[in-house]
Amino acid sequence: MLDDLTDAEQKALAQCRHAVLGVERPLRLDCGVDLGPYRVAYQTYGTLNDAKSNAVLICHALTLDQFVADTHPVTGKEGWWVSLVGPGKVLDPARYFIICVNVLGGCMGTTGPLARDPATGQPWNLHFPVVTVADMVRAQAALLDHLRIPDLFCVLGGSMGGMQVLEWAASYPKRVFSAVPIACAARHSAQNIAFHEVGRQAIMADPEWKGGDYRLHGTAPARGLAVARMTAHITYLSEQALQRKFGRNLQDRNALGFGFDADFQVESYLRHQGSSFVDRFDANSYLYITRAMDYFDLAGAHGGVLASAFKGSPTRFCSISFTSDWLFPTRENRAIVHALNAAAANVSFVEVETDKGHDAFLLDEPEMFRTLSGFLKGAAAVRGLS
Amino acid sequence: MSVSAPIRVDLQLIADMVEPGGRALDIGCGDGALLAYLVNFKQVDARGMELSQTGVNACVANGLSVIQGDADTDLGDYPDDAFDYVILGQTLQATREPRRVLRQMLRVGKRAIVSFPNFAHWQVRLRLVFGGRMPETPSLPFKWYDTPNIHLCSIDDFRALCADMGVRIERAIVLDRNSRPISLPPLLANLLGEQAVFMLRRD
Repeated sequence: MLDDLTDAEQKALAQCRHAVLGVERPLRLDCGVDLGPYRVAYQTYGTLNDAKSNAVLICHALTLDQFVADTHPVTGKEGWWVSLVGPGKVLDPARYFIICVNVLGGCMGTTGPLARDPATGQPWNLHFPVVTVADMVRAQAALLDHLRIPDLFCVLGGSMGGMQVLEWAASYPKRVFSAVPIACAARHSAQNIAFHEVGRQAIMADPEWKGGDYRLHGTAPARGLAVARMTAHITYLSEQALQRKFGRNLQDRNALGFGFDADFQVESYLRHQGSSFVDRFDANSYLYITRAMDYFDLAGAHGGVLASAFKGSPTRFCSISFTSDWLFPTRENRAIVHALNAAAANVSFVEVETDKGHDAFLLDEPEMFRTLSGFLKGAAAVRGLS
Repeated sequence: MSVSAPIRVDLQLIADMVEPGGRALDIGCGDGALLAYLVNFKQVDARGMELSQTGVNACVANGLSVIQGDADTDLGDYPDDAFDYVILGQTLQATREPRRVLRQMLRVGKRAIVSFPNFAHWQVRLRLVFGGRMPETPSLPFKWYDTPNIHLCSIDDFRALCADMGVRIERAIVLDRNSRPISLPPLLANLLGEQAVFMLRRD
């Protein structure tokens, strides 16, 4: 691959596996472009059994990556889903072969706008084709072909990961034994597109962005990307959680500063969220991945009827939502369940009571773990997994 | 939930009506006792619908396929003939539109199994006629002001509704106060039966 990798990509690729795909047969993207060759960076935990029946694919959310359960190569923090994946956990590597793939368009080793266009040898930047959730899933399916894994015992993920789960079940029903879409929707709502647009405009308004060519200019739109992250981060929390954590508490002072420093703890917290994000994430990648979510409309791709996406589905589904999630509220998750019922699919649905907002799916939510554990146990029994 | 745990007598009676290996939907499945029995002992592809989120979560945590939903509003999603049996245990009297719910059950399922308390049971009659108060019995243990039962009926009322809807009654079992089946002529059944279980199909 013709790449000059970023530091973050180098560190990521040194700590995970990768495959170069699309050499002989490029990936036909939804936008009509043929992409190839392209690289997918992925992490695995556990061992594929002889029957190849214990593979579990975790699909990651917008700004997460393949480092589900090991120390992050850039931030040094523990994996983002160690509460779920690990020895003795619901997804135990002793039992399952767990795979997580950095999405197409990402910035942790999989091909995205940071890579070079093989046709021109120049960095893609904004010339990178716009990818969709379905394209991300196609790349994951191509990786499974490469790894000779015929089908998946379970595909699960939250938020954009949940969108990929739905796309997997709709596009490859025979390769998905069970599916767990968490805190997601079958289409991105107007409000969610609106929030993404604010984030993108913040990036593009940063003079250092340079029309997407910041690496050529040796600049970085860190301010713009940080503001994008700050906006998005608010949508991941809930009003109750913000109030509980911060209220109107002041930061490192006893009185209002009558200025524009971070007087309030909540401001300081958001600024920290923004500034730490730019160390591990690429601005163009953020544009591309948010766009993929905006374009996601599973019913639209199936004649406007969501149930048609799941017609005759053999997959066992378990949908999970959170009471205080206003980014992907229960009503959106329930619409998926209604469509699955209309397709007479096997579906369970649990709404978890929590005040932690959308991010609850990444946090210690015992009710979610109990649900997942019970659902997987039932599915494993039917699959004949011991 | 242990797979060998015995289930309530009235649930066992319903389970016995279900042929092995088919598909069933249990509406108001509670903690999933009947569902688990159907899955484990009858190899039924059994799904549940339950109003209380606590009940749903408990079922799913036990590996059962259950969604949160309401018999009055959520049966409309399912396609025709999605199930061999649609079961509604001790819930019909709590629905807003029992007739519509029955119609939906028989659209979604080839057969419907319905159980309900008999409001013409002699104890109910005595309490109302001589006590002058709304009846409270073991199968109707609520005060008038907090009862979920808004559409109570007698066994004969239910038979009349089935006739009116053109629904065929394949089986009707009348139960005593211990939920044991009793064999009685129809007139006495309506007086002495505390509950009834009906298996219906479209005519």
